[in-house]
Amino acid sequence: MMRPENVVYMDNNATTRVAPEVLEVMLPYLQDYYGNPSSMHRFGGQVEAAVTEARKKVATLLGADPEEIVFTSCGTESDSTAIFSALQSFPDKRHIVTTRVEHPAVKNLCENLDTLTGHKHRVTRLMVDADGMLDLQKYEEALADDTAIVSVMWANNETGVIFPIEEMARMARARGILFHTDAVQAVGKIPINLKELDVDFLSLSGHKLHGPKGVGVLYVRRGTPFVPFLVGGHQEKGRRGGTENVASIVGLGRACELAAVNMAEENSRVKALRDKLEQGLLASIPHSILNGHKTDRLPNTSNISFEYVEGEAILLHMDQYNICASSGSACTSGSLEPSHVLRAMGVPFTAAHGSIRYSLSIYNTEEEIDFVMEKMPPIIAGLRQMSPFWKADA
Amino acid sequence: MWEYTNKVQQHFLHPKNVGEIENPDGTGDVGSLACGDALKLTFKLDEKGVITDAKFKTFGCASAIASSSVLTEMIIGMNLDEAAKVTNEDIANRLGGLPKEKMHCSVMGREALEAAIANYRGLKIPMAEGEVVCECFGVTDLEVIRAIKESSLRSVEEITNFTKAGGGCGKCIDRLREILVATVHQGADIKKVVEKPKRMTTLQKIKKIEEALEREIRPGLRKDGGDIELVDVDGDFVTVSLRGACTSCAKSQTTLKEYVEKKLRELVLDSLIVEESK
Repeated sequence: MMRPENVVYMDNNATTRVAPEVLEVMLPYLQDYYGNPSSMHRFGGQVEAAVTEARKKVATLLGADPEEIVFTSCGTESDSTAIFSALQSFPDKRHIVTTRVEHPAVKNLCENLDTLTGHKHRVTRLMVDADGMLDLQKYEEALADDTAIVSVMWANNETGVIFPIEEMARMARARGILFHTDAVQAVGKIPINLKELDVDFLSLSGHKLHGPKGVGVLYVRRGTPFVPFLVGGHQEKGRRGGTENVASIVGLGRACELAAVNMAEENSRVKALRDKLEQGLLASIPHSILNGHKTDRLPNTSNISFEYVEGEAILLHMDQYNICASSGSACTSGSLEPSHVLRAMGVPFTAAHGSIRYSLSIYNTEEEIDFVMEKMPPIIAGLRQMSPFWKADA
Repeated sequence: MWEYTNKVQQHFLHPKNVGEIENPDGTGDVGSLACGDALKLTFKLDEKGVITDAKFKTFGCASAIASSSVLTEMIIGMNLDEAAKVTNEDIANRLGGLPKEKMHCSVMGREALEAAIANYRGLKIPMAEGEVVCECFGVTDLEVIRAIKESSLRSVEEITNFTKAGGGCGKCIDRLREILVATVHQGADIKKVVEKPKRMTTLQKIKKIEEALEREIRPGLRKDGGDIELVDVDGDFVTVSLRGACTSCAKSQTTLKEYVEKKLRELVLDSLIVEESK
């Protein structure tokens, strides 16, 4: 097995390291305190208290009330719950507004609603411009009387581009339309205060903010009509059946506490490292292009296309130096087409296949940035030598 | 993560015979940037018709590079009749196998070799003669049928793994199933399947639509102070954006359906559906 200390990990939008502080609070619930939070005895009751404590911590990070927090198994479950809930709450409304650049959790759900529900739906998928930004006027025009829900991600997982959720939620509320945001990439990286927003549903995932995998949250604004997705016991006040994933919930609570503390560093030191890497690579490698808006972007994410070479080949060369990152190329996606996000932005094929996403965290160091900046130019040059499309003087 | 054999990794990290031969006897160019992989193969023959040198340039993933590299190694020393018998299975076997989703990389190697031999012999590339089945990746029915026969494919998923056909918009999947059934049952039905109207690749479609917009549609709109721009083509769905006076015109929807869509159906393809970008 590859040891973590030997790895230069720049793939934090895929998943993050579990913070040691998080693991520490989880272990007792995997070892000694195995009681069921629903039990009547004190041995289970003490576990319920830990879940309640974690719920408060998550709520604090989001500026929400603890009762508005529903624990789920992952971001995808949270997304599905929000969208299906809205459709079932308003069976006459068969229109959804979303974007072309959503995570597959929302994108594939919206594209398959007719099959999944047995009813015909209209789905408006908002276009983005070359910077990955939405046109708010088009958004307003898309809102209709039969719109059941708007589902728009807060920040894009591939480019880090941030959408104006505050304004978009307000516009939906003004029309009496429910608003859901997939904030899996945003939570912990940028400040969020749901008390001041017109957001009705928000999804987050534990493993994107140094918590464990297998736990997520759906925020449900108090008073929002709600139909559960997983039907079973009375857990989560009847909003999500299934025995609680106690250790992970406790871990997520601690992760949210840490995220609040680390957010300043994320937006200063991590952002500076990201900028150094980005500017360094764009300067030292010809025919490299930044994908996504220059400033309206998460502080940790940089998506760069290296023209005329293919992403999987780049990643495997990086892997030789234990550098971990991601690509929007076809070969890495498991499909045969490059990233839908980059295609929606109109990134040409010459560049889309050669895109690399670097996503940092507070655990990255300046030495790692220097190391990657040193290794990338020869990797790209080597592959270009081999490419039939590369002209040395181009 | 893909499970690549040591042999694949070796040929990927240290490829053999990278480059382009000057004044080659045969050149084979297959794939494209849009498709995500491409290979240019060149070879040189001696007076006895034996391949003395072969070089490649490849744009693509690790298995595409490894397939190209091992292919050049295999064919050097062969005469053209021997080289013509090299199949994609031979290439994959020489690499110790490829992940099934990556078999199309070995198919690309074989097709480049075929194209280079055809180029030397002054013949047309046999597989390109067929009718395009998969518009996204420009795969012909002949390529699909051969892959089914040679690699004993038994599902549409396998066809996609080997030829990429069906791996884009997915519109051709029913058609691939028809071809699969017909081929497996040694069908006399294949002929009938082949005689459907010509299909276009997405690239061809985009080009034709742009031409039609420029020549036939724009002049009419401009007369009224409007304009139109092509935003996206996704299968038969054509997304356009109306500009200028068209944006505020109450009749713009009628223009879109009655004029733009009608024209495009007439000039490009009768199944196109025109939508306005929202």
